[in-house]
Order: sequence, then structure tokens, then C-alpha cells
Amino acid sequence: MASQEVKLLGFWVSPFSIRVEWALKLKGVDYEYIEEDIFNKSSRLLELNPVHKKVPVLVHDGKVMAESFILLEYIDETWKQDPLLLPQDPYERSKARFWARVAEEKLLEYSFTAMCTHGEKKEQALKSAVEAAEKIEEEMKRNNKKFLGGESIGYLDLAMGWIAYWLPVWEEVGSMQIVDPSQFPATTAWSKRFLDHPVIKQNLPPRDKMLVYFHERRKILGGLV
Amino acid sequence: MANSSCSDVKVLGAWPSPFVMRVRIALNIKSVKYEFLEETIGSKSQLLLQSNPVYKKIPVLIHGGKSISESLIIVQYIDEVWSSGPSILPSDPYDRAIERFWAAYVDDKFFPSMQLINTAQGEEKAAKVEQVTEGLVLLEEAFQKSSKGKAFFGGDRIGFLDIALGPMLGWLRAIDKMGGVKLLDEVKTPGLVQWVESFCADGAVKGVIPDIEKLLEILEKMKGN
Repeated sequence: MASQEVKLLGFWVSPFSIRVEWALKLKGVDYEYIEEDIFNKSSRLLELNPVHKKVPVLVHDGKVMAESFILLEYIDETWKQDPLLLPQDPYERSKARFWARVAEEKLLEYSFTAMCTHGEKKEQALKSAVEAAEKIEEEMKRNNKKFLGGESIGYLDLAMGWIAYWLPVWEEVGSMQIVDPSQFPATTAWSKRFLDHPVIKQNLPPRDKMLVYFHERRKILGGLV
Repeated sequence: MANSSCSDVKVLGAWPSPFVMRVRIALNIKSVKYEFLEETIGSKSQLLLQSNPVYKKIPVLIHGGKSISESLIIVQYIDEVWSSGPSILPSDPYDRAIERFWAAYVDDKFFPSMQLINTAQGEEKAAKVEQVTEGLVLLEEAFQKSSKGKAFFGGDRIGFLDIALGPMLGWLRAIDKMGGVKLLDEVKTPGLVQWVESFCADGAVKGVIPDIEKLLEILEKMKGN
């Protein structure tokens, strides 16, 4: 394959930029990683993603794209080698896209909110997070394969990967439990298999740094959320 | 697959919903006959609760007994299943990423900013109008880049982003007619002003987006409440 210039703007602890890195690494695509300080945004980031001013941003041969789920699809469509991230069947594809959304819009939002808040706000968010986790657990049970993508890691595994690693950190920081292993056996088992994958294992931010980071975020956002 | 019987394809929806309109337009583009099951506003049918238990929202596409939810996911499903019909998403991965990006923007940022704009008053209304106008200016830029001088975001024919945005602006056009605001401005967003006319006049769209008069009726009712 002719040499192609791929750059990824990311943030070391962002589950959104790391899921894109996982995809590139799984496909064996060489890329230049550029760390962005999201609290002190560079003019480069603002220029490349003026609409949302967020990471991740992917630049491929000068073409600029953003939004992590969209980037996963772009990567799958551009680098057609294994692993194929999205299922071949249209109905299965629609399910993968749907559950990625559910995990993002419900479980992620509510978990993060629960981590940052206290009192009734926290209780509400926690309840909603657990409800979302229950629905995802049902899907995990139904899937019954090594990964959500089948025998190999796929789009939905990458989309939900944060559950395996970020969520336990948030639970610790927020002194809460959302995915109790005894109540969520399928999710727990999948999480373990996901983190055991050689590519994933080598591409996770350090847990101790994450704890410090999210404790800080909780303090700062706790007043605002 | 292109000649499924009518009973094979059902759309659960309500005609005023711009999200439901997206699905019906996509099916029209593919010349797929479907049964439209109209939900009563204010109540949710058993079928809806069964086929979309996670979000309990319209639209839902039921195809051969399988349910698909979330309008943009449904539109992509339609494009992939009825692949012999005119394509909805472009073929180039970068073009697809751009159209998906702006469609996500419509859902995540633009549509929420449109909410309650016609019933808002005074300062609140002014703030909403400013937000919507900013969004339209961004979308105008996207339109100029995407269309490359042609009639639609998708080029000569309606595509994914046209379908995502069209019903929203169809409504906006009616809100403008109510008076008091001019959101679609020929000076600020000339491309979009022309585009929304072309879109609403398209064969696949006519009959799905009702005439302005009918939309005005609904808006008047909402204002009355």
C-alpha cells in the first residue's frame, strides 16, 4: 500500500480518541499521534474541528474528519483488511450502530454524571445508568460469542470498550457501583476478554493517572453538574 | 429484496415528526412500498413498546419482523438492504464521513436548538433565534462544499444529508411563515433557501412533508396551547 499520511489528534484519557486508536492499531495502520491539551486547545485543533472543538480528529491524506463513531466506520471502509469492524449483514450493522448509541447516550452519560454529583442527582443518574447497563447486559447475554463482533473484535466492542476500563475507574472515583459482577456476568466476562486482547491491553491509559484525573474532574464538575 | 410485499415493511410513526419523514423519504427513494402505522400523539402502542423497548420512540422500521430504531440508523439500513435502488449514502468513505458528521450535527446540535422556538417569547426567543441562525450558517457552508454547485448535498440527487436535514428545514420554512422571525434568510443562507424548495418539491419528498398550510395549522395549534 502506498504510504499514506494518517494523523490522529487525541487526548491521553479520552475514551473517544482511544477507541479510534484501537481501530487503527487493530488494522495495522501507521499513524502519527498528536496529543492535544483539551483544557488549553491548540489553534490547530480549533482549525481542524471548528464545529465541536473536540478530539478525536482524524486527518488522512489531508482529509479532516471528526466524531469517533464516524471515524470507526471511515477506518473500516478505507482499510478493508481484517478485522472487519462492522458486520456484513445490514440488520446486524443496524444493531451494532444502535447499541453503540445506547451505550454512549445512556450508560456513559449517566455514569459520568453519577460520578460527578451527589445526593438526589446522583441517585437519579445512578438508577438510569443501572437501567441502561441492564439492557446492555441482555444484549451481551444474547450475543453469546467471544466478542460483540463475533470471533474477532468489532465496531461494537470498540464502541463499548470504555465500559471495561473507564467505568470501573468512575465507579471508584464516584464511590458507586453500576456493573456489579454478580448482577452483570455477561458484561463482566466480555470486559475481561476485551481487556485481555493483545492490542487493547497495550493501549490503555495508566489507571493510577486516570484516578487522579477523574478525581480532579469530579471536584471541578461537581459544582456545575 | 427490491420487491418485498407491502406487509413486509412497516413504519411506525406520526406524520408530523421530521424523524419519521426521513424514513419515509428513504423508502420512497428506493421505491419500497410500506404500511404506515400512525401512532396517536400522547400514547404509545403495544407494537411500539415491543419493537423499540429501549427508547420507546418513533420512527421504527419493521422489516420481515425485525425492528430497527433511530431514524439515521434506519435510513442507512434502508440504503444497505435495498442496494439495487438509487444510493442514499455516497460511495467514497470521506464523503460518507462528512455527510454522517453533518447529519449527527443536525441531531445533536441543530435540532435541539430548534425546539420550542415558535412558542418562545422575548429574550429567550432572541437567544434561540441566534443559535438557530448560527447553525444555519454552518450548514450553509457545508452545503456549498458538499453540493459543489449542484442542487442537493448529495449532488444531482437527494442523499443522506439531504434526508437528515430536509424535514427539519421543511418545518423551519413554516415557522418563518408564521411571522416574527426570518430564520431561512436569502442573504445569509442563499444555498439553503433554494435547497429547501428543491428538496420539498422532490418526488420522493412530496406527500411526506405536507404543504406549508398544513404545517402552519399544527404550529398554530401548538402556539394556542
